[in-house]
Amino acid sequence: VPFTRQEGLINLLGKLTWDAVPWSQPIPLLAGGVVIVAVLAVILWVIVRGYLPYLWNEWITSVDHKRIGVMYLLLALLMLLRGFIDALMMRSQQAVAYHAEGYLPPEHFDQIFSAHGTIMIFFAAMPLMIGLMNLVVPLQLGVRDVAFPTLNSTSFWLTATGALLVNLSLVIGEFARTGWLPYPPLSETTYLPGVGVDYYLWALQISGVGTLLTGINFVTTILKIRAPGMNYMRMPMFCWTALAANLLIIAAFPVLTATLGMLILDRYLGFHFFTNEAGGNMMMFINLIWAWGHPEVYILVLPAFGIYSEVVSTFSGKPLFGYRSMVLATMAICVISFMVWLHHFFTMGAGPNVNAIFGIASMIIAVPTGVKIYNWLFTMFGGRIRFTTPMMWSIGFMVTFIIGGLTGVLVAVPPADFLLHNSLFLVAHFHNVIIGGVLFGAFAGYTYWFPKAFGFRLHEGYGKAAFWLWLIGFYVAFFPLYAVGFLGMTRRMQHYDVAEWRPWLMVAGVGAIIILAGIVCQVLQLVTSIRDRESLRDVTGDPWDGRSLEWATASPPPVFNFAVMPDVTGEDAYWTMKRRAKAQAKDPDYEPIEMPRNSPTGFICAFFATFMGFAMIWHIWWMVILGLVGAYATFVVFAWRDHDEYEIPADEVARIDRANLAARRDLVTAAGALR
Amino acid sequence: MTMAATQDDPHHLGVLATVTHEGPAPKRIVTGYGFWIFLLSDIVMFSCFFATFAVLSGQTAGGPTGAQLFDLKNVAIETACLLLSSFTCGMASIAAEERNTFWFQVMMAVTCILGLAFLAIEFREFADLVARGAGPSRSAFLSAFFTLVGCHGGHVSAGILWLLTMMAQVFAKGFRADIQRRILCFALFWHALDIIWVAVFSVVYLLGSAA
Repeated sequence: VPFTRQEGLINLLGKLTWDAVPWSQPIPLLAGGVVIVAVLAVILWVIVRGYLPYLWNEWITSVDHKRIGVMYLLLALLMLLRGFIDALMMRSQQAVAYHAEGYLPPEHFDQIFSAHGTIMIFFAAMPLMIGLMNLVVPLQLGVRDVAFPTLNSTSFWLTATGALLVNLSLVIGEFARTGWLPYPPLSETTYLPGVGVDYYLWALQISGVGTLLTGINFVTTILKIRAPGMNYMRMPMFCWTALAANLLIIAAFPVLTATLGMLILDRYLGFHFFTNEAGGNMMMFINLIWAWGHPEVYILVLPAFGIYSEVVSTFSGKPLFGYRSMVLATMAICVISFMVWLHHFFTMGAGPNVNAIFGIASMIIAVPTGVKIYNWLFTMFGGRIRFTTPMMWSIGFMVTFIIGGLTGVLVAVPPADFLLHNSLFLVAHFHNVIIGGVLFGAFAGYTYWFPKAFGFRLHEGYGKAAFWLWLIGFYVAFFPLYAVGFLGMTRRMQHYDVAEWRPWLMVAGVGAIIILAGIVCQVLQLVTSIRDRESLRDVTGDPWDGRSLEWATASPPPVFNFAVMPDVTGEDAYWTMKRRAKAQAKDPDYEPIEMPRNSPTGFICAFFATFMGFAMIWHIWWMVILGLVGAYATFVVFAWRDHDEYEIPADEVARIDRANLAARRDLVTAAGALR
Repeated sequence: MTMAATQDDPHHLGVLATVTHEGPAPKRIVTGYGFWIFLLSDIVMFSCFFATFAVLSGQTAGGPTGAQLFDLKNVAIETACLLLSSFTCGMASIAAEERNTFWFQVMMAVTCILGLAFLAIEFREFADLVARGAGPSRSAFLSAFFTLVGCHGGHVSAGILWLLTMMAQVFAKGFRADIQRRILCFALFWHALDIIWVAVFSVVYLLGSAA
């Protein structure tokens, strides 16, 4: 049992010693050093330039869903870079480690693939989707904020805490060597007594709370806070998919919390949930973790489906084909996704009948997904398609995702899965659906809604270059993995002796470099777009000739989103308004608007959560108690405040709104003059 | 059909498209609804511990079984305390609705005392089991037992902290609208713990003693 009397409550630093820093390992030391220097440089720059008050007042304490969305996206993109560096290291290691040790020792290599998966799923893909939901859903619903704005800020900062802890493991201690899901008994203290698994557990427990709160917040928002007239069958498809994803969060994330909680009890207090001895049952962990893990896949991909729906409809100039069937397909996937978890471990030996049932259920999911694909295709059919960057990502997705889906149906056949389980074929399959489905969707949404968030568009040329490099890079990097999977290569190998594998792995390495070129284009796109923002300016707030309500307000939207709450009279609400030229007609009657006050509650809670998590990892018990007391005190202070809203006077609302209305009128007049 | 009507209803949803929607719900509804969803997620978490208990309840590793350990009389008193506290919590809610500070504080205090009594009995049971060598690391069955029942006890403890905070807040600020909403959420929480306890009582203690 790790908690011994010698350690005690008072022991100042717990297990933490000077040796926790990996002095003898140059790679993590160097990487950590670079990160620390970069972070310090940014902080110093912020302080010297006097941006700190602005940052604190306008961003860190902001409860505005748009700002929180932007912060989520920033976190996600940074973590995407971190995860991608891990990927480059793995690809290069496998490219050179034929009959050789390569440059990454096994303990380090194991940490890299574990960190890569954990970071990409929890701190890149999840924040990308949640960030876009934050940015867009309240705007699409025609309302001023989410149901619980301060809770929203807390969610974000708890997610950031998780990301911080995972990255801290780079320089203080180690990360898990278990893969992205810490299967016992390997993850028990018997086999991994170090802090690696504990970093994983506490980072995920804390960020998991944040995600659960997001789920509660968005389900309540979508079901209870919509503009007048916005009934369910008028909601944009992205809102529907966001609803489905958040329902999945509410039902699935508590399972993750409970499962990781049990592993924590095993590791910290010597319980026997998943141990080899005293009746523990490790297969229960694998069942439970996938009861969360499979829905998680759909938590990520359903919002992406929503993004494609918006993008395809806008750039085809048509309402979405088969809206009803799309809603039905989304909700069907939402339900069925809870009935297929066992396909992640057909080889457990649950018996042919159980495997057959789960195999069939897995294949059934392909049906509503196929419905969606046809709906997008028929939306494009007969439309006047504009091949903008978001549309390119969407079309690239359709082709790539169909292939990924088909290989998914293949591994859903239990006898085939017995051959392919844990092979690189599986790795190729899930990257095919996650990159081709989730990441392409996130990039489409990022390009599509960027002008809404910042008031100027992203450079199209770099965007298209990035798309092609990513698309080609993806195929070159991952299709060889299907082949080596068939050749029998298992995943997570630090080195190998099979000559036939090597050429494929070299090609995959080249693919990773092509993707790197794509990422460079994306960075350049952002930099040049910021530089040339005046020429890319979105004056009217409707740069793409959009159809839903987020385009009915200025870019960036004022803090209150809509000067007057829109009155929705049909589906494609903003399109209907534009046809009737309602937005341009006459000034509405402006009234003062109550908005929630900013609050540091979320940030301070996360501050204490970070200390608590770190203290738990290193067994510094006094600091755990301090963290808990601090978090409780923060809540009490928040609960005690007397004013939680402030009023924006009607004059101010009118001034802000009239500027945007004037820009829109000018556009209409200019178009009329041309005609 | 006119042109405008076609644009309003491009998918011919008919009646579905014309359902009226009044706009955002009032704050009390939104807060209560959000908290209900939180409770549902909490129940999902408990269901994992229940499922785990069901799987591991026979895994005693040669150690004591539930039938040898559980004292049903003790559990009956515990149950009585908790169910009664739900009643007094309901009375406190009515008092809050009536804005009657005196009865609100009295009923919350009684709820608190009943909750503490429940916790004291549970703590004594746990301490007794550990003293008899039947602690959570003895067997997988006992791990699952301590976790499931302890998780409920942890919720009751957090509830008592919340209860005391609400008493202090009503004392300091009175029945403000936001405080009324918090009282509503607290009451939902406390009653939900009762529902979970009924399941714990049936699945863990009744079925466990029968086996």
